[in-house]
Amino acid sequence: MMKTLIDDKPNLMNIFVLETKTETLRLFRTPGFSIPTLLFPIMFYIFFGIVFSMNAVTMPTYLMITYAVFGIIGPALFSFGVGIAIERGQGWFDLKEVSPMPASAYIVSRVTLTFIFAAAIVILLFAIGAIFGDVRLMHWQWVSLALIFVVGSLPFCAIGMTLGLYLKASSAPATVNLIYLPMGFLSGLWLPISFLPEVMQQFANLLPPYHLSQLALKITDMDLGFPVALHVSVLAAYSLIFIFLAVKAYHKKDKK
Amino acid sequence: MNTNNRQPIASIRQVCKSFDEKPALTNVDLDLYQAEVLAILGPNGAGKTTLINTMLGRLSPTSGEISLFGHPAGSMQVKRQTGAMLQVSGLPDMSTIKEHIQLFRSYYPQPMDYEKIMEFSGLKAIENQFSKTLSGGQKQRLLFALAICGNPKLLFLDEPTVSMDITARKSFWQAIEALKSQGTSILLTTHYLDEADQFSDRIIMLNNGKVIREGTPKAIKSQINTKKIRFSSQANIASLSAIERVSKVSKVSKVSNGCHYYELESTCAETSIRQIFDQQLEVNDLTIIGGALEDAFELINKQDSALNNQQRL
Repeated sequence: MMKTLIDDKPNLMNIFVLETKTETLRLFRTPGFSIPTLLFPIMFYIFFGIVFSMNAVTMPTYLMITYAVFGIIGPALFSFGVGIAIERGQGWFDLKEVSPMPASAYIVSRVTLTFIFAAAIVILLFAIGAIFGDVRLMHWQWVSLALIFVVGSLPFCAIGMTLGLYLKASSAPATVNLIYLPMGFLSGLWLPISFLPEVMQQFANLLPPYHLSQLALKITDMDLGFPVALHVSVLAAYSLIFIFLAVKAYHKKDKK
Repeated sequence: MNTNNRQPIASIRQVCKSFDEKPALTNVDLDLYQAEVLAILGPNGAGKTTLINTMLGRLSPTSGEISLFGHPAGSMQVKRQTGAMLQVSGLPDMSTIKEHIQLFRSYYPQPMDYEKIMEFSGLKAIENQFSKTLSGGQKQRLLFALAICGNPKLLFLDEPTVSMDITARKSFWQAIEALKSQGTSILLTTHYLDEADQFSDRIIMLNNGKVIREGTPKAIKSQINTKKIRFSSQANIASLSAIERVSKVSKVSKVSNGCHYYELESTCAETSIRQIFDQQLEVNDLTIIGGALEDAFELINKQDSALNNQQRL
């Protein structure tokens, strides 16, 4: 049998840039998806954090942080979860799979996109908090919060990717919403966690958004006082489990 | 074409594939040579797409071996030398043709020149259109463009001409000829006998997951080229099955006008008709209908099972 070896490889960086550019352009051309995703957490924050705020001193700051967590989870879950499920349903994902596209390019482009989205939501929330909610923080606090939010979207990218690889295109949007909204509420992102009954506070320990919000609230000394290591390890564990599941689903053959 | 003295670039041996115990492919053997167009011909559900997906590494065979360029199916070395056109129902809407193609070109070490892709696919005039505005045929052409943009040595095309109009089909087959002359091997599935006949070097007929015939288009056609001869007659003709090359006779008698309707299946319509006229049979409303592929497959199945029965006796 004839054996041909191709040693030269395509330029990986070039693929990353093009893939990300294509995805980003696609998103900007689909304002029906991007604008609601951006406005949802901001609208909630304006309602509960500023207009109907129960405590004008701490509430705007507290809820600015938790709604930022809520805001960054959305694009991570949707761009991965719903995006992949739809492309799989169309057969487009299959075409990319049989092409020599490196799997890393697909992931890097979508993670970058989630970062861009997360950054946009965080900047908008910060601006509204500072201007209308009189949120006053030190420089290092603003910067640390922004970093936590952007990097903190990674575990949710992993969760979204797994959902996208397992869910059917037709049920993906509803299922992702069914996970996203209750998980946000139960993690204390809509209302401070201490407002929830004791049982629900216990349950929140199992949810990754709760741990991300506690990490962020530590920056302003508003957290419940559990160690950083606990929150980081739960988030890391969630990431690892879902990355494992996603890799398993991706390499599974004979999928229908 | 003499392919015996050449090494195949892809070969599959005794491949079986079942889905939940239901066999989709049974002991399929196949070799593909350089610069050859091989058509997999079969009715819907024959296992054509399963065969392609197995060769692409998307399905793992239940048993058997697959080797492309000496590598296992689905490996990166194979993917970089292969292009594939799958049955895709939708593309991401908000990218232009140009963006799609440039992205796919970046996946390959030696992509085809962009202008050359445009020439082969005939998409130059609409390169800046978003994929959501494309017609079914234009979408197929884009998928073809994506399949060839890596300068593939081996091209898989699953039902490539579905929803293409006549002009698009014509330029598509021209592109296939040009690629072939550059040394590209092409494996395509189709359920159009005439396409397989005109454009392929070799045909493999697949039915119920089994290879039932393999050969040059001419050889295959001579075996399956049955035509139907229909006519009506006032007379009750009993001797029709004696006519040369007639394989099957069906008769319907209508009492109201005393007319008999006949349908003959002939493996050589010209010979049979000459005989009908030579015998001076009284014949009205004569029509000849080209054999449909499904009929041909049915016929082959019958021939094969008859052969098996004879061997058993």
